[in-house]
Amino acid sequence: MRSLLAEIRKGKPLISDGAWGTLLQASGLQPGECPELWNMTHRGEVFAIAKSYVDAGADMILTNSFGGSPLKLAYYGLSERAVELNKAAAAISREAAGSEKFVLGSIGPTGAILMMGEVSEQEVYDGFSLQAQALKDGGVDAICIETMSAIDEACVAVRAAKESTGLEVICTFTFEKTAAGEYRTMMGVSPSEMVQAIKGAGASIIGTNCGNGFEQMIGIVKEIRSVDTVTPLLVHANAGMPIMNKGIVSYPDTPEMWARIFPQLIAQGANIIGGCCGTTPAHIRALADVVRMK
Amino acid sequence: MDEWTEKISICIERGKVNKLAPYPPDLRNQEGTDELTQQAIAAGIGPDIILKACNDGMQRIGARFSRNEVFVPELLMAAKAMNAVMVHLKPFFQAGTVKKKGVFLLGTVAGDLHDIGKNLVGMVVAGNGWEVVDIGVDVKPEKFIEKIKEHPGCIIGLSALLTTTMASMAKTVQEIKAQLPSSVIIVGGAPLSAATARDMGADGYSPDPQGAVTFLNTYAV
Repeated sequence: MRSLLAEIRKGKPLISDGAWGTLLQASGLQPGECPELWNMTHRGEVFAIAKSYVDAGADMILTNSFGGSPLKLAYYGLSERAVELNKAAAAISREAAGSEKFVLGSIGPTGAILMMGEVSEQEVYDGFSLQAQALKDGGVDAICIETMSAIDEACVAVRAAKESTGLEVICTFTFEKTAAGEYRTMMGVSPSEMVQAIKGAGASIIGTNCGNGFEQMIGIVKEIRSVDTVTPLLVHANAGMPIMNKGIVSYPDTPEMWARIFPQLIAQGANIIGGCCGTTPAHIRALADVVRMK
Repeated sequence: MDEWTEKISICIERGKVNKLAPYPPDLRNQEGTDELTQQAIAAGIGPDIILKACNDGMQRIGARFSRNEVFVPELLMAAKAMNAVMVHLKPFFQAGTVKKKGVFLLGTVAGDLHDIGKNLVGMVVAGNGWEVVDIGVDVKPEKFIEKIKEHPGCIIGLSALLTTTMASMAKTVQEIKAQLPSSVIIVGGAPLSAATARDMGADGYSPDPQGAVTFLNTYAV
């Protein structure tokens, strides 16, 4: 396991990977199919996506394990295979990344709302713990808990990952801009509340993913930095908000636009930048090229 | 004015379910919608009056949610308070003493497992006096059509959270309209907009539950 924190301390902006969901669909993943199952049934396709981001110049790639919590997998009747699927996700990305690049184990929300009492905190903790350990066993360098909206679930995830693996833990939330021009998750959490809570739970890298295009992320980074100037900050931006034309979905942010806006995000204090929904290896290559030119 | 209806309305808005409930902190140890509804019914207050009080409360919290003054947790608690009322009103609905405004059939489209948005809209719409038929998540177009046929005249609601299921939603709208041309469909979900809803051929779009209520009420029986 290499230290991502040590790499960040070297001072250079780092580039993460882009979207997996859209690329999996382009490879043939059908609506209603479990993406994590593809780690076993379509290993080649998953590997190709991982490799495409490595080849595009990413310093780190994530794993095809976003929906790999036992609770999420239960919908497909696959929670018994959680360890197997997460370990495979990590192993595939590790093979693609080689020994040079970092692998971050992706952990997404369970889909359950803790405050409604649908599931117990213990069950959620145990699920994240199992998932994080399996990702570690598969070879990840750090755990990336993403697309969080609720403080309670995020803190349970961070603690579970930290306590079960001892790895560096990243945690990112999804924010929207409110009518008043503030940033809040759908559960009403502000960037400042997030920072305090997840750092307390053990996250050493914080940030934001999804919900916003590249340019909109500038405001969120600014707000995070207004309450925390030191903790390393990761951004995974969407390629803009999706547009629909005659039933075809497209994402408006171009790689060129990303290359142009990139310096502004870095200037606001982001340390690691990558993509979420709608992004492609081309977006990542555009960022990697900017860093190389500097 | 009786001593219960306004209190019920406020408890709905504030999410106060019953006396034991710790939420909201400033209404600790006070009675909630559970106790107040039972008392109102015992005192002979009509179920339609109680329902109106609930509508008013849900309307207010729904409007505050639309203005981003409150968020999902507050709406969930209001819905919980609403459910406590509905438990006591159920016999009246079954007896036909109170009528619903119509049927709203909703589900999350094929490929998408997310239900929080759908559930919130369902709760707020039910709180407004509609019969809500929730057919779940990852629903294929064929199943939507089958269920719509079981509820002729229903308004249809489609939900999706993932950007990757927008195409699935467009396909669902297309197939429903092809088989049932007179169907009325409203769509919602984080990646959508009024423009994308229009492009799909949907009849309506709302970024929040209250907007769905406004849309539905133009079709109320």
